[in-house]
Amino acid sequence: MNSNVLISVSLIYVAFLFLVAFGADKRARAGRGAWLHAPIVYTLSLSIYCTAWTFYGAVGYAARSGLEFVTIYLGPTLVMVGWWWILRRLVRIGRAQRITSVADLISSRYGKSNLLGVIVTALAVIGTTPYIALQLQSVTLSLAVFNAHEPGAEVRLSTAPATALWVAMGLAVFTVMFGTRNLDVNERHHGVVTAIAVEAIVKLVALLAVGVFVVWGIAGGPADVARIIEASPISDWQINGGRWASLTFLSAAAFLTLPRMFQVLVVENVDEKQLATASWAFPLYLFLMSLFVIPIAAVGLTRLPAGANPDLFVLTVPLAEGRDGLAMLSFLGGFSSATSMVIVAAIALSTMVSNHIVMPVWLSLRQGGASMSGDVRNAVLLSRRVSIGVVLALGYLYYRFSGGGAALAAIGLISFTGIAQVLPAMLGGIFWRGATRVGAAAGLIAGFAVWAYALFLPSFGEAIFPAQVMADGPLGLAWLRPQALFGISGLDPVVHALIWSLTINTMLFFGFSLLSFPTPLERLQGAQFVNVFEHSQPGRGWARGAAEAEDLLIMAQRIMGGAEAQELFRAQAAAQGKSGYLPDTTPEFLQRLERELSGSVGAATAHAMVGQIVGGAAVSVEDLMAVADETQQMLEYSSQLEAKSEELARTARKLGEANAKLTQLSIQKDAFLSQISHELRTPMTSIRAFSEILRDGPPDAGAQQKFAGIIQDEATRLTRLLDDLLDLSVLEAGQVTLNIQRDSLRAVIDQAVAAAGTAGDGRLLEIRRDPAREEVTIRTDTDRLAQVFINLIANARKYCDAAQPKLTIWVSRQEGRLVVDFVDNGAGIPAEAQAVIFEKFSRLSDQQKAGGAGLGLAICREIMDKLGGAIAYLPGQGGAAFRVTLPADRARSGNSG
Amino acid sequence: MAPRREPIFLERETYRRRRLIDAVRLLPLVGVLLFLGPLLGSGAAPRSTALGGLYVFSTWLGLIALTALLVRWLARAPGGVGSDPLEPDAAPGGPSTRAGGGAEPDAR
Repeated sequence: MNSNVLISVSLIYVAFLFLVAFGADKRARAGRGAWLHAPIVYTLSLSIYCTAWTFYGAVGYAARSGLEFVTIYLGPTLVMVGWWWILRRLVRIGRAQRITSVADLISSRYGKSNLLGVIVTALAVIGTTPYIALQLQSVTLSLAVFNAHEPGAEVRLSTAPATALWVAMGLAVFTVMFGTRNLDVNERHHGVVTAIAVEAIVKLVALLAVGVFVVWGIAGGPADVARIIEASPISDWQINGGRWASLTFLSAAAFLTLPRMFQVLVVENVDEKQLATASWAFPLYLFLMSLFVIPIAAVGLTRLPAGANPDLFVLTVPLAEGRDGLAMLSFLGGFSSATSMVIVAAIALSTMVSNHIVMPVWLSLRQGGASMSGDVRNAVLLSRRVSIGVVLALGYLYYRFSGGGAALAAIGLISFTGIAQVLPAMLGGIFWRGATRVGAAAGLIAGFAVWAYALFLPSFGEAIFPAQVMADGPLGLAWLRPQALFGISGLDPVVHALIWSLTINTMLFFGFSLLSFPTPLERLQGAQFVNVFEHSQPGRGWARGAAEAEDLLIMAQRIMGGAEAQELFRAQAAAQGKSGYLPDTTPEFLQRLERELSGSVGAATAHAMVGQIVGGAAVSVEDLMAVADETQQMLEYSSQLEAKSEELARTARKLGEANAKLTQLSIQKDAFLSQISHELRTPMTSIRAFSEILRDGPPDAGAQQKFAGIIQDEATRLTRLLDDLLDLSVLEAGQVTLNIQRDSLRAVIDQAVAAAGTAGDGRLLEIRRDPAREEVTIRTDTDRLAQVFINLIANARKYCDAAQPKLTIWVSRQEGRLVVDFVDNGAGIPAEAQAVIFEKFSRLSDQQKAGGAGLGLAICREIMDKLGGAIAYLPGQGGAAFRVTLPADRARSGNSG
Repeated sequence: MAPRREPIFLERETYRRRRLIDAVRLLPLVGVLLFLGPLLGSGAAPRSTALGGLYVFSTWLGLIALTALLVRWLARAPGGVGSDPLEPDAAPGGPSTRAGGGAEPDAR
């Protein structure tokens, strides 16, 4: 195959990726990028885990160590499957705190410490640079494989470094174009993510195609492949238990801590749905990526000449079979793996370098304050672009000076081990509030040092550590031999370094965390991170609003861009109830602003920048106390408000009740007045009519007398009515004076019977009594009691409709109290009327007998109330029956009410 | 399969979800046990790569299928796939909180 064709196809492929990234960016910014948030795109973007090292290297690994290669995929599978534990938490924290990178996570968690940011950034750069070199190497190697099939291969091989340089430069251009195009508040890169999703499909399809070709094209199906494997040098699976477990753990740890993985896992994550889908879809991707690795390795080992590089079987097996098209696809797959990894790694690293190294330096050089000096936004973008260039240049230089070859092939696991040092600080930070900055720094530095000494530096070979040091230790100290620390030899170097570095790292992390005391900001951030599911409120860093809102706006505009910053300020001002663009610089506002800024420049830098304007007011315990007090006061205030509103509601209810009562009373009064006027008008009408007749012309003497008699009767009736009314009003007003005296009940009844007998029309009423029972001495106002009795007897006389009316007056004792029953033999009072007979003006019929105004029984009830007794209608006695309950002797004090 | 009955009480639903989350939490442990299984008796004679591969890949696929199944069930919650009835709403656009009155306390 012509290598020019290969290069052309590669260029077309790259151009296609540019278009994809460009289109996706454009769509996302036009707001039509909903599909960009699809879980499947997210899942595919995670595939940058599968670099060229895994694309080509997995087969090589399998050709050397059999099934062990699979551990590199099992670790991430466990992390993804266990997403509920760690990733869900990380994603929540990342979103809540606007985390931009793994260094930012560590820095932000431990009190926005820039020191930790720098340490993690350094670790990441040192760990990733060789890895980038590895990718460049894989591209040049794979190109060389094609060239080797052509005449003049020797000449072209010498151009490999140039190829690497071109690839590095092309990648830098792509990354700068799509990775630093926008200084997004949430640091998402739609174009890049879409491009690497496309690349993910290409590399999966390529590897599956080669695998299918090997299984069904070269071999005769799965059974045949199994036979080939059994016959191949890797037929025996010799498990190295330590390596198997360690590598699984290592790959899991690296999956969480690798800057590029953190970028796609956490920073580019949009919602938990993506994570949930990826929790099974990404393991499935890994499964498919590794499904055909063993068959390809076995077939390659069987069919290719003994000296062939197993790392390139994916390419050389199709080429050897004359399948140029398949080889081309495979090349593109490897190319995709390499480029996508480099792009995302460069973005992640440049963000970290820019936010944690360049910007702090830049800020400290410009002490005048960010708001007064140059354009921060441009400075950030420029520093990122330069950082990308530097990272790729470092990768290229590493490639050039390491000379490529086998030394580089081992760098994958070495790099994993280095970056895994972040794991204790990361997990400790999100699960344990007691983790402190000092502990994290101590653990990171120690783990880093052990890793460099035991694994990283020895990987350079003789140039750094002479063989004598490797064998006997520095200065002859055998217990310090790099690959047998503390005399423990015989371990695999990677396992050895992993165990020692992480053990020392973790121990120092815990030890120093336990011994040190965190700053208030650290404690605040710790609570926010660990309790991310409980706290929805952002932590407060700024307790005092000394900053000038205008300065802040100027600064924010320079970082976020004019429109975004103004919109943020306007919204905040509106939320505070102010118009315009300048909100009060409340702690809440400063907090919000700081987090928005940290989306662009990282938490530590944002904190420092706001701090410069606010006056460097560090958070003190007093401030925290003040915040807590404020919250407490708010709580108290709100509970007071609640109590007050409850009281108000009670009062309103009472008022309502009173109002209803008053309305009722007013209605009663109206009814009363209309009754009264009616009662007064009837006699007045006849008095007026007859007096007119008498005035106009005196009739005969008989008529005159009769008319005068009528007038007198009516006048008497009026007088009685007025008397009754007066009586009632006096009684009701409680102004009555009682005249308490001792007397016999019999005497009182006698008096009443006599009085009632003379009143009225003299209709015959037979009264039955049992005088013996009436011989009881009572002590009360006997005149008033007699008035009640008279009323009852007169009523019987008036209303008893029996042919021979009889009234029985019966005295008895009920429950220790004296009662007097008045029972007649009439029709009685209908049940429905019994309830109203004691009301004023309640008359059962219209018969105006003896001028009753319907006040009698009302007066009786008032009197009995005043006397301390009672009067009630007694139903079921065969006629109208009233029971008068006399007051108990002792209860009667004798005074007026 | 019997038709699924609608939950009678919210508490029951919450309880089910808690147990489902427990199952999801257990997944990595299951994975660790499965993947470290080959280490048992690894000191003995070497085994066949083909059979070992069959074991690793089939358990792997099984774990993936189990995860996919549980995530499918998780996604049925009204609050979203990542909602936990015991957690107050934390993230903007995140899960909604339901009254988890009958839910048991979660050791955290």
